[in-house]
Amino acid sequence: MARLTVEGLTKSFGSFRALDDVSLQVNDGEFVAILGPSGCGKTTLLRQIAGFDKSEAGRILIGNSVVSSAATHVPPERRRIGIVFQSYALWPHMSVAENVAYGLTVAGVKEPERSRRVDAALSLVDLDGFGQRTPAMLSGGQRQRVALARCLVTEPGLVLLDEPLANLDVHLRASMEDEFVRFHERTGTTMIYITHDQAEAMALADRIGVMDSGRLLQLAKPSQLYREPANARVAGFVGDGMVLPVAIRSVDGDGTCAADLYGHVVRVRCEPTQKAVSAAQVCLRARDLTIVAPDAAGVAARVDRAVYQGGFFRLEAHVEAAPDKLLHLTVPEPFMLAPGAAVKLDVADGWIISGTGRN
Amino acid sequence: MSDPIQMIDAGGLRERVEDSALLWSLVLVVAVLSVLPLARLLLEGIAPAGHLSADALLRVLGTSSTWTATQHSLVTAFGGTLLAVVVGTLVALTVSLTDIRGANAFVFCFVAPLLLAAQVVALAWLQVFGPSSTLLKLIGIAPPMGSRNPLYSAGGIILVLGVQYAPLVFLTLRAGLRSLPQELLEAGLAGGAGPMKVVRTIVMPLMTPPLLASVALCFVSCLGNFGIPALLGIPGNYLVLPTLIYQRLAGLGPGVLSEVAVLSVLIGAIAVIGIVSQDLLLRGRDFRTVSASAVARPFELQRWRLPVEVALWTLTALLLVLPLTALVLTSLVPAVGVPLNFESATADNYHFVLLEHAGTRRALRNSFGLSATAAIAIVVIAVPLAYFLVWRRNRLLRLVNLVTEVPYALPGVVLAIAAILVFLKPLPLLGVSLYNTIWIILFCYLARFLVLGLRPIISGYHQLDRTLEEASQIAGARLLRRLVTIIMPLVAPAAAAGALLIFLTAFNELTVSALLWSSGTETLGVVFFSFQQGGDSTYAAALGVLTVMVSFGLMLATLALANRLPRGVLPWRD
Repeated sequence: MARLTVEGLTKSFGSFRALDDVSLQVNDGEFVAILGPSGCGKTTLLRQIAGFDKSEAGRILIGNSVVSSAATHVPPERRRIGIVFQSYALWPHMSVAENVAYGLTVAGVKEPERSRRVDAALSLVDLDGFGQRTPAMLSGGQRQRVALARCLVTEPGLVLLDEPLANLDVHLRASMEDEFVRFHERTGTTMIYITHDQAEAMALADRIGVMDSGRLLQLAKPSQLYREPANARVAGFVGDGMVLPVAIRSVDGDGTCAADLYGHVVRVRCEPTQKAVSAAQVCLRARDLTIVAPDAAGVAARVDRAVYQGGFFRLEAHVEAAPDKLLHLTVPEPFMLAPGAAVKLDVADGWIISGTGRN
Repeated sequence: MSDPIQMIDAGGLRERVEDSALLWSLVLVVAVLSVLPLARLLLEGIAPAGHLSADALLRVLGTSSTWTATQHSLVTAFGGTLLAVVVGTLVALTVSLTDIRGANAFVFCFVAPLLLAAQVVALAWLQVFGPSSTLLKLIGIAPPMGSRNPLYSAGGIILVLGVQYAPLVFLTLRAGLRSLPQELLEAGLAGGAGPMKVVRTIVMPLMTPPLLASVALCFVSCLGNFGIPALLGIPGNYLVLPTLIYQRLAGLGPGVLSEVAVLSVLIGAIAVIGIVSQDLLLRGRDFRTVSASAVARPFELQRWRLPVEVALWTLTALLLVLPLTALVLTSLVPAVGVPLNFESATADNYHFVLLEHAGTRRALRNSFGLSATAAIAIVVIAVPLAYFLVWRRNRLLRLVNLVTEVPYALPGVVLAIAAILVFLKPLPLLGVSLYNTIWIILFCYLARFLVLGLRPIISGYHQLDRTLEEASQIAGARLLRRLVTIIMPLVAPAAAAGALLIFLTAFNELTVSALLWSSGTETLGVVFFSFQQGGDSTYAAALGVLTVMVSFGLMLATLALANRLPRGVLPWRD
C-alpha cells in the first residue's frame, strides 16, 4: 500500500498540452477514479504514473520515493506497481498460471512459494483450477480476473486500472463492478481507476478526479462532485448539469442563499463563504426543475421538444429571456405540450459554483 | 526508509545502461555489416591501395570493355525491367481486380521463379531452346545440330531476367492494389466509366508509387543479377558489368582489386541513380488515399472469366512448367544431346552429384550451414533491432533503418568486392585474414540478407499489441527478459518467415559466392556454375532440379505457418 502524490505534472505532444499542471494526492488504500471524456489526458496521466512516458515538469511520488522528476525517471519495471490494461494484455503463449506467475518469477520467487501464491491469487478472483487453461479459452470476464490476479500477485502498493470494463458487455460490467469493490475491500490496495463512464466511477470510487483538456478540474467524493461541482465544466460533465447565470441577493449562514434567476428568486445551496455578487453561476439538475402553473412564480421558458424515454419524457426547453440557455427536465406521462408552448419552471435545489470564471 | 529516493534512482540507472548497451551494440553490428564495406569500397575508388590516385580510375574508364559491359548492362537491365513490368502489371491487375478462381494457387506458381536460383532458371530456359534441348528432341522439333541456342544473346538475357523479376513487380503492385479503397472504383463506375476506363484513369494513376518502386527495384535486380548473364552471356562473350568483374577477378586474382573496385563503384552508381530517380519522380505529388473502407472488390468478368483463367494458367505453364520440364528432362539423359527414351533415361546424374562428386557434398554442407547460420544470426539481430526501430523511433534509428537496406539494394558484386577489400588484409588485433575462408561469405550473407529478415519481423511488431510488453515491464521484467520471454515468442511466426526467406535466398545464391569462394568453401551455386561452365549440363541440371525441389518443399511447408503471419510476409502466399 502506498500513497501517490502528483505535483504540477505537465506533458505536451508537439503543441498539444496533454497534461497541464496536474496535482493530486491519493491516500493509502484509497480507490480513486479519474473520469473524463476521451482525449482529456487521463490515459496520459496513467502512463506517467506507470513510467512509460517521461514528464516535462512536475513530480510523482509513490510512497515516499520520487519516481518522476526533472532529475529522476524510474523505469516502469522498478516502480512496483500493478496495471490492469483495457485489453487485459494477457500473454497468449502462456497458460493462466504462467501469466500470473510471471511477476513472481521475475522477482526471483522460488517454488513452492511461487505456486502457492499463484493459487492464492487465482482463488482470490474465483478462478481456482483455471491455471492450466490458456487465455484464449476464457471468457471476457474471466480474462479480466486473470489480469487482476496477475497484477496483484506481487502485492504492489499501487494498482492502476485503465478502463478495465470498457470491453465487457453491460451485464458483465455490473458484476465486475461489484467484484472490484469487494476486491478493494479485501486487499486494501491503493487503486487508480481510469474511466470515461460516470456511473462506473460513482459506483466504485472513494473519490473521483474529473479531467478535461489536460487539467484536473476537481477531485472529490462522488456525492460532493454531483452536489457541489467546482466549476461549470464539472457541472456539465457530471450528471448533465445546467449552468445558468444568477445574481446572489443574500447569503445565509447555513450554506444557502437567495439568488435571482431570470427575475425569479430561488433558494439554492452555496459555500458558507460565498459573497453576495451580481454575476454568479448556478448549477441545476434535471430533477431540480418542475413545471408549475402558468400564473405561479417561476422561470418563463418555451418548449423545444419532448423525447419519449419510456414512462416519462425528457423535456427540452429554452429560457424565454435568454434563448441560448437550454434547459432539460423529466416529466411523467401523459404530457401534452407542443413545441413552442410556454411553461413556468420552479427550482427546488441548486448549487452556486464558486469558481466564477468559465473554467 | 532511510533514503529510498537514492536507492530507486540507482535502479533506473541500471536499466538505462542495459538499454543503451543493447541499442549501441546493434547500431555497431549494422555499421559493420552495412556501412564499413561500402565505405571501404568508396575509399578504394578514390585512393587505390591507400594512395590518392586517379590511375586505376582512368585506366578502367579508358578501357573499351568497361563501356561495352556498361552498355550491355543497361540494355539488358532496361529490357528485362520493361518485360517484367508489362507482365507483372498485367497479372497484378487481373489477379487483384477480377473475380478469377484459384488465385492462391496461381500466385504461388507465378511468384515461384523469384524464389528459385537465377542460374538454375537460366539453365532451364537454355534447355527449352537450342539444338541439344532434350525437350525439343523428345517432340522432334529440335533445330539442327550446330545451330546456335538463341538464348545466348542479349534477347535471351532480357527474356530470362524479365521472367525472373516479373513476380517482383507483381508483388509490389499487388500490395498497393490491396490498399486501394473500394469507393474510389465505385465512384468511377457510378460516374459512367467502364471497368477499363476506371483502371486507366483511376487505378493506374493511384498505383504510380508502387509501380515506380517496382520499376526501380526490378532495374536494380536486373542490373545486379549474375547467374543469368553468366550462363547466357559468357558463352557468347556478351559481358555485363557483374560478369566482367567476375572474369577479371577470377582470371587475374586480387591484384586487379583496385580496378574491379572502380567497376563496382560504377555499377553501384548506376543502381543508385535508378533508386534516386524513382524518388525524384514521386517527389511533390500526393498519392494518399483517404479511406478506411473495404479493399476494392473485384470486377466480375462474367463470360470472360474462363478465357482469362485459361490465359493465366497458360502463362504459368509457359513461365514455370515449360522450363522446369526441360530441366528435368535434361537431367535424365546420360549426356548433352542424347535423345531421351526408355533406354537412355538414367538417374546417373543424380547419383553422381549426390554420392560421387565430393565437391557437391561439400557444397551442400557449406550452403546449408551458411544459409542456416545466416538465417538464425539475422533473426537474433533483427528481433531486438526491430524492437528499437518500431517502438523507439528517433533520428538515429531512422538512419539505421535506411542503412540496413543498402547492401541488399546494391548489386551483390558490389558487396562482394567491398568485402574482399575489407578482409584481404589480416584483421587488426586478431591477425588472421578472413579472405579465402567461409567466414567472408557468411559476412556477406549477413550484410546482404539482414533486411530480408528485418522486414517481416518489423511487420510482426506492427501487429503486436504493445501493452503485452508493457504488462511484463510492469511485472518488473527488464528489456532482455522481455525480449526473450514475451516478445520473441510473439513475433516468432514472423521471425520464422524471415528466416525461411533468408535460408531460401542464401541457399540459391551465386552472385556473392562466385567471387568469394575458394577451394573447400564452394557453395551449391558455385558447383552448379562450374558444372555448367565445364560443359556438364546434365550434372548441372540434376543439381538444379534438386535445389528447385528443396525450394518448393520449403515454400509449401511454410504455407502451414501462413495463418499466423502478417499478410504479405510470405511472397508466395497470396
